[in-house]
Amino acid sequence: MMQKWLRWCGVAMCWLCLAVPAAAQTRQLPQTQLKSGLAFAGADVRALQADEFGNPAQLWLARGAQRWAEPQGAAGQSCQSCHGDAQQSMRGVATRYPSIDIKSGQLLNLEDRIRQCRSQQQKGPELLRESDDLLALSLHVSRASHGMPLRVDITGPAQSHWQQGQRIFLERQGQLNLSCAQCHDQHYGRRLYTDALSQGQPNSYPVYRLEWQGVGSLERRLRSCFVGVRAEPLAWGALASRQLSLYLMWRGEGLPLEVPAVRK
Amino acid sequence: MANARLLLPDSMAAGDVVKARLLVEHPMHTGYLQDLQGRLIPRNVILRLTCDYGGREVFRVEPSSGIAGNPLFEFFFRVQNPGELWVRWVDDRGVAGELRHPVRLQPAGPPART
Repeated sequence: MMQKWLRWCGVAMCWLCLAVPAAAQTRQLPQTQLKSGLAFAGADVRALQADEFGNPAQLWLARGAQRWAEPQGAAGQSCQSCHGDAQQSMRGVATRYPSIDIKSGQLLNLEDRIRQCRSQQQKGPELLRESDDLLALSLHVSRASHGMPLRVDITGPAQSHWQQGQRIFLERQGQLNLSCAQCHDQHYGRRLYTDALSQGQPNSYPVYRLEWQGVGSLERRLRSCFVGVRAEPLAWGALASRQLSLYLMWRGEGLPLEVPAVRK
Repeated sequence: MANARLLLPDSMAAGDVVKARLLVEHPMHTGYLQDLQGRLIPRNVILRLTCDYGGREVFRVEPSSGIAGNPLFEFFFRVQNPGELWVRWVDDRGVAGELRHPVRLQPAGPPART
């Protein structure tokens, strides 16, 4: 009797183990209800984004195209020397980041990958985080995926990162004691004081924000979120930031990438 | 950081009043904001921006710290002869920028878009 019970327990445990990852990946926000941040923006912001000349991110795009073609570092190679025309070779790339770097096994976002390429392949001077040159290149690469749906890989070595990202998203943070999910899953479309709450979708990065008077990365935006709930912001380059980005990209899977975008 | 773009209508004929759109890359630091490390950024705004056409000034602006970063200016002027628009500006740090943009006329084009 006891043996039978134990065996049943064992089988049940196996089922639980199998069931947990699948259940953990249920979506709080159904894919049919995904909305870009643009849907929550005011008419002025939407008009500025749609204005092909006046969109200030165009200045960064122009700079990105220049940097792409410029030889750099000891190798004397430009991005273009290896990758050719970014609008062809980089199609769809930005929709797949953050992703696991096969060599090092690390989770890299698009900016990390460009920085890695600069130091390891071009053997050039370091591209500083959040520098205009890095953001311009990242924008130039992202532009090639404009209109393509987000689609990150969360299987294999990325799975544990996805789980960590989900944990951060659901965890209450800071003095306001709010989780990302409370605002962006449960109350999007409503207002927090005068601000419309968006779904917190990552489909428009790097983005020109009027608040920043410039272009910034998703990592910078996430730091602002942490400050917003009065939590300690994630350190620059922190793994947790990439994990949260990975979760957000999965959560927004199917949304078309929007570059160059403008937000308030 | 002295990059700018200028847009004119596709076709212009002598005598038309046309709209020029000018986007200037400039941080327009007000002097009240901090950088990513929390240090105060000194004020740096465009003090004066002018645009000459055929030896005459057609537009001048003295933006203060109340104008947003990467400002977009729009102004109207009457095209007479083929030539160029010559935009110049200088900021608080004494950094000057300039942009030369050709003005090409079409003898019998459709009416200018404004």
